Amino acid sequence: MNLRLRALLTVIVASVLLIVIAVWGTLIPVEQMETRLELRNLPPSISHPFGTDWLGRDMLQRTLKGLSVSIQVGLAGAACSALIATVLGLAAATLGKAADRLVSWLIDLFLSVPHLVTLILIAFVSGGGMRGVIIAVALTHWPNLARIVRAEAMQVMTADYVAISRRLGRSRRWIAWHHVFPHLWPQVLVGFLLLFPHAILHEAAISFLGLGLSPHEPAVGIILSESMRYLSTGMWWLAVFPGLCLLIIVRMFDRLGEQLRLLTDPRHARL
Amino acid sequence: MKQRQMAFEAQNSGNPKKRSLRAIGLGFRRGNGPWLFREVTLEIRPGEIVGLTGPSGRGKTTLGRLLSGYDHPSEGKVLLGNEVISHTDDAGYHPVQMVFQHPERAVNPRWRLRRIVSEGWQPDASFLHMLGIETDWLDRWPNELSGGELQRICIARALGPETRFLIADEMTAMLDAITQAQIWHNVLHIVRERQIGVLVISHDVHLLHRLCDRMLNGLF
Amino acid sequence: MPLLEIERLAVSFTRYRSRWGKEKVQVLHDVEFSVDAGEVVAVIGASGSGKSLLAHALLGILPENFSASGTIRYRGEPLDAERLKQMRGKEIALVPQSVRFLDPLMRVGAQVRLSVRGDDPYAAQREVFHRYGLAPETENMYPFQLSGGMARRVLVSTATVSGARVIIADEPTPGLQAEDVREALRHFREHADAGCAVLVITHDIESVLTIADRVVVLYAGTTVEIAPAADFTGDGSRLRHPYSRALWQALPQNGFTPIPGTQPQPGKWPSGCLFAPRCDQASPECTFSRPELRTVRAGQVRCIHAHSEDDERGISIDEAASDGI
Repeated sequence: MNLRLRALLTVIVASVLLIVIAVWGTLIPVEQMETRLELRNLPPSISHPFGTDWLGRDMLQRTLKGLSVSIQVGLAGAACSALIATVLGLAAATLGKAADRLVSWLIDLFLSVPHLVTLILIAFVSGGGMRGVIIAVALTHWPNLARIVRAEAMQVMTADYVAISRRLGRSRRWIAWHHVFPHLWPQVLVGFLLLFPHAILHEAAISFLGLGLSPHEPAVGIILSESMRYLSTGMWWLAVFPGLCLLIIVRMFDRLGEQLRLLTDPRHARL
Repeated sequence: MKQRQMAFEAQNSGNPKKRSLRAIGLGFRRGNGPWLFREVTLEIRPGEIVGLTGPSGRGKTTLGRLLSGYDHPSEGKVLLGNEVISHTDDAGYHPVQMVFQHPERAVNPRWRLRRIVSEGWQPDASFLHMLGIETDWLDRWPNELSGGELQRICIARALGPETRFLIADEMTAMLDAITQAQIWHNVLHIVRERQIGVLVISHDVHLLHRLCDRMLNGLF
Repeated sequence: MPLLEIERLAVSFTRYRSRWGKEKVQVLHDVEFSVDAGEVVAVIGASGSGKSLLAHALLGILPENFSASGTIRYRGEPLDAERLKQMRGKEIALVPQSVRFLDPLMRVGAQVRLSVRGDDPYAAQREVFHRYGLAPETENMYPFQLSGGMARRVLVSTATVSGARVIIADEPTPGLQAEDVREALRHFREHADAGCAVLVITHDIESVLTIADRVVVLYAGTTVEIAPAADFTGDGSRLRHPYSRALWQALPQNGFTPIPGTQPQPGKWPSGCLFAPRCDQASPECTFSRPELRTVRAGQVRCIHAHSEDDERGISIDEAASDGI
């Protein structure tokens, strides 16, 4: 099996798994997670592989639900972020010097403040909740990708065919969309997928700190934050399994991005 | 002398097809660097084929780029008839089109040739045939065509109905003699028919003797 | 015994046919010729016929998705990939197309000294710069400071000081003015006269004929003709292959007459003679099989229609024409 095929297989398996978890989580009926006080604080067993919590809720179901919420938040956040990055990066490279100065200033501005601080600030200002978290993630994660997109787009802008296109009467905007963007989308796609784990982890982080999702939306961050109180009583399963699952999901997106980069990079095309 | 001048004005104000391409006092340098050339003045009349040769690095290509709006002259101006056309940021189809030495750099590798050839105008099948372009090339990608085939595509793209002048900068230097002869025979046929003026930039003196009505000498 | 012999050299590369399926495409095949010591052999041919690839194959520097087969002999000894690597830069040297092949951050004198094989690199480098008319201060310049003509001389110096016996020049005169071309080519002639075997790959037929002893004509990845340089004269009737004649007659200084059609692309070669679809002499038997290289009038040709008996009248016309040149 050649490298390319293996990369493709990894991509397919990882994406199918992620989609299944995301969809499955939303389909779990509410009664599966109802409080059953007679089953409180059970360690992992056959009927409850991840154990139950202090209200008797099945931790496997909660974790799945939580992962699903996390993936959705990550997806939305990373997608918005990638969109911002693409539009700004492309604008900087194609719409002239003033646009470039403005975008570069914005990028520097956002990069000069620590990620988490801006994240918390924006989440706080926008009032927390799912919407707040997505806005916060979207607004804080774009600068790095925007820089990559800008550099790549600038490279394309120096090509002869771009100059020729101008002489053939095409506008800058037309060139940005038709000539430059097609060269960028592999970068954007990979960048988007690599943003994803960041988005999920940061979502978990601010939820953990209590500025993110509300306890009614049991994302992994919420689950972890809640279980902290019970860890000292020896109920290790409350944090270990959800945390492990979060790590695996994050790692999976990482691999997905890496493999996709391999597939779209022309330098690897002859492998 | 005066009469000639008047005849010239009359010629240049009338039918757009009869306007000649003029450069007056053209000079170019990058930033505050040394002048590449100064005081270049020339005229190419419609339908005329003019040759330009000289050592490399003296600004032949840059002159071509100024005439076709790729670069902005540091001094002087480029006129079509009596209208200044030297602004690089003019929107719209440029009446002076340039064809480069390396066709593979002049096309977007992610576009199919059908899209490439019709970026500026819609050439019909009979026009493409005149340039020796087979219709089945149009569904392919640039890397599936040879340099000679790609160059024909670039030429077709540059010969839209609004093209009055063509700058051929070492257009066939990378091609073998047979392909070169094929392409020039086709191009000469078209430019004669449409009264397009051509500036041929080449270091091949024999080629220039074959093609050109006159040579531009002592410009630089 | 020839210094360099190439027999049935074939080069192919793998590419993706679609998104996932690979295919192997042949770009050079049945390339055969030899270069003697003291001889300049020119390789000319259609653009895209594989000329540059030939140079890379002879130096063993093909890209990784390319593979070569066939025999390359140096002094009668077959060279495998390992031996080629050892000989590169020592016995076989490349004169590349442009200064882009020099290290942009290293002074040119130091780069030339790297290639010296004797005890005293400085002496060797200064001597060769003096010989090629490069001022002593040139050795402290960086490649971007060189003019086109100086760059050519530096590139040739590198090959000279290496003491290589086989020199391969890939398009050594692109875009140079006539005097620079003549000078660059004269250096190659001097190398040959000093006992080297020189291979010049070019599409500037007219210039290279002034120094070449023999000419190899490449079409669609194969050698269609090997002819003495003197046969490229007049209307080209002394040439053996219809493609060589067409190429000669298409030069601006000759007829500027194009023949119709295009060279078939690798992977789409016809089964018979590769030139048959464009050839006015093609007969049904041309499409049966690819003709072998055979000797005709002190040259070799891959065409079944080439005749060995000289046409007396044709030759007298040629001689009259060559006198004129």
